[in-house]
Amino acid sequence: MRIVCPFCGERELGEFTYLGDAKPVRPTADAGEDAVHDYVYLRDNVAGVMSENWYHGGGCRAWLKVTRNTLTHEIAAVEPAAGAGAAKVGA
Amino acid sequence: MAGAQTNRLDNGGLIDRTAPLKFRFDGKSLSGFQGDTLASALVANGVKLVGRSFKYHRPRGILTAGSEEPNALVELRTGARREPNTKATTAELYEGLEAASQNRWPSLSFDVMSVNQLFAPIFVAGFYYKTFMWPAKFWEAVYEPAIRRAAGLGRAAGVADPDHYDKVWAHCDVLIAGSGPAGLAAALAAGRSGARVILCEEDFAFGGRLLSDGGMIDGLPAAEWLSRTLAELAAMPDVRIMARTTLFGVYDGGTYGALERVNDHVPSPPEHQVRQRLWRIVAKRCVVAAGALERPIVFAGNDTPGVMMASAMRTYVGRYAALPAKRIALFTNNEDGWRTVETALGAGLQIAAVIDARPDISPSHRSLASRNGFTVLHGSVSGVDGGKDGVRKIAVSLTGGARAEVEADGLAVSGGWNPAVGLTSYHRGRPKWRDDIAAFVPDGAPPGMVAAGAANGNFGLGACLAQGFAAGAAAAHNTGHNGKAGTAPVADDETFSLTPLWHVAGKGKAFVDYQHDVTASDIELAQREGFESVEHLKRYTTLGMATDQGKTSNVAGLAIMAAVTGKSIPDTGTTIYRPPYVPVAIGAFAGHHRDETFHATRLTPSHHWAAEQGAVFVDTGLWKRAQWYPRAGEKDWLQSVTREVKAVRSGVGFCDVSTLGKIDVHGPDAGAFLDRVYINTFTNLAVGKARYGLMLREDGIVYDDGTTSRLAEGHYFLTTTTAKAGLVMQHLEFCRQVLFPDLDVQLTSVSDQWAQFSIAGPKTRELLKEIVDPAEDLSNEGFPFMGAREVALRGGIKARLFRISFSGEMAFEISVPARYGEAMARNLMRAGEPLGVTPYGTEALGVMRIEKGHVAGPELNGTTTAADLGLGKMMSTKKDFIGRVMAGREALVAPDRQVVVGVKPTDRARRLRSGAHIIPKGQTPGPGNDQGYVTSVCFSPTSDQWIGLALVERGRERIGEIVHAHDPIRGEDYEVELCNPVFYDPDGGRQRG
Ligand SMILES: [Zn+2]
Repeated sequence: MRIVCPFCGERELGEFTYLGDAKPVRPTADAGEDAVHDYVYLRDNVAGVMSENWYHGGGCRAWLKVTRNTLTHEIAAVEPAAGAGAAKVGA
Repeated sequence: MAGAQTNRLDNGGLIDRTAPLKFRFDGKSLSGFQGDTLASALVANGVKLVGRSFKYHRPRGILTAGSEEPNALVELRTGARREPNTKATTAELYEGLEAASQNRWPSLSFDVMSVNQLFAPIFVAGFYYKTFMWPAKFWEAVYEPAIRRAAGLGRAAGVADPDHYDKVWAHCDVLIAGSGPAGLAAALAAGRSGARVILCEEDFAFGGRLLSDGGMIDGLPAAEWLSRTLAELAAMPDVRIMARTTLFGVYDGGTYGALERVNDHVPSPPEHQVRQRLWRIVAKRCVVAAGALERPIVFAGNDTPGVMMASAMRTYVGRYAALPAKRIALFTNNEDGWRTVETALGAGLQIAAVIDARPDISPSHRSLASRNGFTVLHGSVSGVDGGKDGVRKIAVSLTGGARAEVEADGLAVSGGWNPAVGLTSYHRGRPKWRDDIAAFVPDGAPPGMVAAGAANGNFGLGACLAQGFAAGAAAAHNTGHNGKAGTAPVADDETFSLTPLWHVAGKGKAFVDYQHDVTASDIELAQREGFESVEHLKRYTTLGMATDQGKTSNVAGLAIMAAVTGKSIPDTGTTIYRPPYVPVAIGAFAGHHRDETFHATRLTPSHHWAAEQGAVFVDTGLWKRAQWYPRAGEKDWLQSVTREVKAVRSGVGFCDVSTLGKIDVHGPDAGAFLDRVYINTFTNLAVGKARYGLMLREDGIVYDDGTTSRLAEGHYFLTTTTAKAGLVMQHLEFCRQVLFPDLDVQLTSVSDQWAQFSIAGPKTRELLKEIVDPAEDLSNEGFPFMGAREVALRGGIKARLFRISFSGEMAFEISVPARYGEAMARNLMRAGEPLGVTPYGTEALGVMRIEKGHVAGPELNGTTTAADLGLGKMMSTKKDFIGRVMAGREALVAPDRQVVVGVKPTDRARRLRSGAHIIPKGQTPGPGNDQGYVTSVCFSPTSDQWIGLALVERGRERIGEIVHAHDPIRGEDYEVELCNPVFYDPDGGRQRG
């Protein structure tokens, strides 16, 4: 499997670390225990297309949002995390 | 004279008669020629018996001439290079080759274990499950050793592999598997179109069946066309053709695995060369031209030495000029088998008879028979009379019911051809059935892959060339290469007419899977016992589970199951295909990642100096760290470590702590960022000060700790533990990029940029004065406890100096650019000599941290909260931070949690051991009263006894209580006192002084 890092180009799987489902959003400070509990423990594990967090630790250290089919490992899209500096690169 | 090669033709074949090679088989000296395989050389020497079978120890001969071989498996080479289960049919002959047959004792022709044949009833399908079920303890003690001795598949070398293996990457537009007519035509088309092409051929010679069967292409003899084509391909700069290279698997995203046997064809690899190379090839398109495998027909005695696939017999005769027999019979159900008769006649062999299972044969074959004086029998072979010396007589059931006998010393068998559907099926593609050829053809190949030629069920030479060429051109076009491909090579197509025949009923064992000794009756038994599904059939009978993965047996096994269940073959279905196509040595997957290069080794900046001092090193992750520095006369590590601790506590010592993770945090929001990742606050840390910080996981459990210093308004310098350095960086980047992208902050890993030393002990300042520029004020006022700032060293180098203490002593940590690390160690030794400076290792570091009650890895164990560690008060209530909400859960704040406490044996002479469980005094130990365990221990020179830290239920409320340390692993049980975890200088006066 290879991932096209928006900063580094197409790179081999070994450079990346997988975290998991990218959909959950960290609740705000006042959201309460139930919301944080769901954020920490409830994860989708889809047999099919999923949005996932991957870390390019062997390259630019960007966190990436990868849209991947977990059955075929086909990757439909790779986006940098909001704070990965994409806007500055694009500018 | 070694080996007369009695069965070698004087002329013809692709062997070099000017290059004779001596070799040994089971100790016997034989000879062959350059261009031989071990199998062809054995054939040339008249050797028929090459091994014993797995379960029944039946005599076996060579069945095929390729990588599908189930019988002719040998131990190749000797000593450390001895390799079991090597296929004689693919092992190239070299001077001095040594091979031994397998599964026999004491010798191949007299095998004691062939008595297993008498016990055949216990070896039937499912015998692993039936025979050895009871009593259970007999399995380990009796059955398994007996089976391993009796069965087994060769012996491993038993010592380390002396050779090197390599791993490489390659990228191309078009990858081609196989260099037969289809593969070469594909390479021509793709190469001429301008695509980057890699072609892998498992044989050492290119050409596939052309090498054995010849033919005419573009009006040229096949050999001539072959050499012209190879020359044209060799001249194309973007075409790489690799011999001795098997494409064995296809993985995600068009990544392929190939094994190149770089030096398997020589006695040992030349110096500095690898034995094998694992290729990971990334290809946009792949043309599978891997050909087809001829399949046996299952009949009684079909494993007798001398029974051979018809195409293999042609290969031995045509390619190697080696004669497997003098007088052969052919048993075929198709037209292609007859080509063996033509080749045999050309080589001057006698044809005993052709047994053809089809209702009719062509007039041309009839006239061939009459011209050459052999009979054509309509019917099937129902039995073979023979033994370890080979075939003697063949029993034939004629169509209509009559019987006949044929005298011959060789029997060629052709049951038709199975396209090699492995590669195309590795992504769960299920091959589809084609009635006209009675075979499965590829379907559902991975994206970008197509099959061409025989691999796609097109067996004619003309069709192979046309389809291969078209596939190569299309693959090039699809990858954006549209150069002039020219026209496809042209050849005639042979007729292919086949009447399916899988199994001939008869008396005696009829083998389906030769390597695993699975018979037709085993399959029938499996069906009777309910194991009808192909996946059950496979596991119950072990059909297709040997190292050949059933290349010659799977389809016949399915066909027999289909027949007994009354289903069609496609309805019976195939098992799932999985790579690798041929066995690949683990060594090739490991490559250079073995022994000392198994993983990278990280050396601290002072490593070479420490080695000069005679330091004993310990592996800490990838790091080598100095554990202690033994001195002459010290009898053990404890004596050295105790000396180091005493020297620090009474004078001064230093320790390389560069392995800590170090991260520079820059930006206007650096402090705000740290406030969110640590439980305590950093925005209010003054410039020039350091603070201990603790971070949690989002689930409220402690993640890591370390000291962070504020070096400027928007610049913090953060340290992590050694173990978590990389993970904390990853976590902080996640927080920064994903969770808090609004914060203006940047992280830079500087772990490798700074060498850091801890300097500790009451004489620390005296030593530092010799190192630091005299203008720097190191007094308690000028540089108070928890101060942190840049200082100049004598000589002008800038360093970062931190007044922090892990040991509990007056201490500093000093950072210098990593390239000065070794010089710093030498300088500290030189300048500290009058003070008796003592370098100390990780053991002394650990002793002092336990004496001081500092928590470390054994306490930050992934289950403890900040409060468990006695650090609950650090949790800010004025801000949000990672882990805050979950840390407040009921169970994480329960009053009966196990918390860190000190422990010491009541018997001061007793040694305390980590891992011992804490049990209330007077109670019998059990899971119900297990209240925790000892996490860290040391001999404390300061307390003059063994002490430790423990996680104990309500530990902090129980100081002074006597409990049991119960250690069932070491068989110990002794009393310990729960105590304050800070054994040394509890009010902290020494580190502040
Ligand atoms: Zn990157």
